[in-house]
Amino acid sequence: MSKPRELNKRTLVASPYAVWVLAFTVLPLIVILQYAMTDAAGHLTFRHLFEVFSPIHVKAALFSLEIAAGCTVFCILLAYPMVIAMRHLGMKQRGFSLFIIILPMWMNFILRILAWQMILSNNGILNFLLGKIGIGPLQIANTPAAIMIGVVYDYLPYMILPIYTAIMEINEDLIEAAKDLGAGSFTVFRRVIFPLSIPGLLSGIVMVFVPSMTSFVVSDILGGGKLQLIGNVIEQEFTTGNDWHAGSGLSVSLMVFVLIGMAFTSVSKTEGKESVIW
Amino acid sequence: MVKKLKDHLARIYIGIIALILYAPIVVLIVLSFNDSRSRVTWGGFTFDWYVKLFSNRQIKEALVTTLLLALGSALIAVLVGVPGAVGIHAMKQKNYKLFMVLTNIPMLNADIVTGIALMLWFVHFIPLGFGSILLAHITFNIPYVILSVMPRLQQMNVSIYEATRDLGAGPVYSFFKIILPQLSGGIISGFFMAFTMSMDDFVITYFTKGAGVNTLSTMIYGEIRKGIKPEMYALSTLIFLIVLIILTVVNKVSGQRQKAKYHVDY
Repeated sequence: MSKPRELNKRTLVASPYAVWVLAFTVLPLIVILQYAMTDAAGHLTFRHLFEVFSPIHVKAALFSLEIAAGCTVFCILLAYPMVIAMRHLGMKQRGFSLFIIILPMWMNFILRILAWQMILSNNGILNFLLGKIGIGPLQIANTPAAIMIGVVYDYLPYMILPIYTAIMEINEDLIEAAKDLGAGSFTVFRRVIFPLSIPGLLSGIVMVFVPSMTSFVVSDILGGGKLQLIGNVIEQEFTTGNDWHAGSGLSVSLMVFVLIGMAFTSVSKTEGKESVIW
Repeated sequence: MVKKLKDHLARIYIGIIALILYAPIVVLIVLSFNDSRSRVTWGGFTFDWYVKLFSNRQIKEALVTTLLLALGSALIAVLVGVPGAVGIHAMKQKNYKLFMVLTNIPMLNADIVTGIALMLWFVHFIPLGFGSILLAHITFNIPYVILSVMPRLQQMNVSIYEATRDLGAGPVYSFFKIILPQLSGGIISGFFMAFTMSMDDFVITYFTKGAGVNTLSTMIYGEIRKGIKPEMYALSTLIFLIVLIILTVVNKVSGQRQKAKYHVDY
């Protein structure tokens, strides 16, 4: 008799959070939607919501999708061997390799991207080293390749960590059993490790795709200001272009990916995203 | 033999990834000792930038702002988020789902969208400055706290709580004596996650900061065109070293604890 009522009372402790969510998550979204659906004179218009498809923006939008898709694929391809190598090594070294991945995230990311600019530029460190062995100079700086290197570098840890969490949870017995039954390493990966890592993979994709698509700092620094992602376009609408309505419209269209992300996380249960960092 | 080969391959691969991850960090550390304001030439070894760092008021201000924001927003996020998680956990299916969706919005939304939405909302009622950045940071930090506390709540043993209540303890007393200790791991990891996210944030701060206030990130971004002050490399190197030491110690301690646990287990 008393239990359900008390359970109900317990929900009340969430009220400060409920107020917070309303004030700083829901209302800002309503406000940005309001900006997106009006013009400078305050009249209702749907024009800004479809701003992405306008000829001047569609190029940046497609380029962003290309970068995001490429970044996600490269991160996946780099992360799996990394996690498997980490699992292969002993327990102690496992903690060490995790440490190696997390530590760089503590150096300011804008500075790290600037360092990549120094590494990749025409008279930079990479071309200097390549010159020593008689290759190059390669023109990487200010190309899409440079932006791709930047975003893969920036977001790789966010792909490795959730996949790491998922794969480390796999019971060693399952793998032993598969081996006993005659599965080779590749079969074990394909039939046991990979399927069990999918929740981690999905949250990795969620954590890499949208951020790499909308980042404007990486493209700003490594793209030389000429290659624009959708993030750069939005940023300029607010800082130099001063068309807040168009900028809001573009932002709102980006929220399509939030909905897709939600579909993803409802599959992968975000609750499992508890950090492995601490 | 095959096992040895695989061991080597694993080490080599981890080494290559580590090389990629650390190459830019090495560059920055080297630059912090470079006796030249130019980023491309080596002018000899110097400690000058470290000395100058301590008399640079702008950098000091930005550092203090960054730390205050990280500490304040992580603390408030814990104060709002932990009761939030406890309450959400007690909700019925429908409300539970609704709140988890709302909690996920700041995590799934692109930073640029979150930042702009908050900025458009803030300009209606508060001046953009330290206060608005703090509100923004708390907003994106609370989900990290809730998502790290929630799994602990789900694993929590409710019977102990009920037993204390049966034995006459009040709900508040039982909360502090029984529930809070069981959640402490999640709360601590949530706090540190929030702290880290706040320290690391650029985009949301950039849109909600207004003129006059700078965190380290926004200060660095503002300097990109005119050239980064080398003191900044020195500061980053110092922060990196401090975190390196802290993480090494934590790693050692938790490693020993894990070892101790294994001894108990077997």
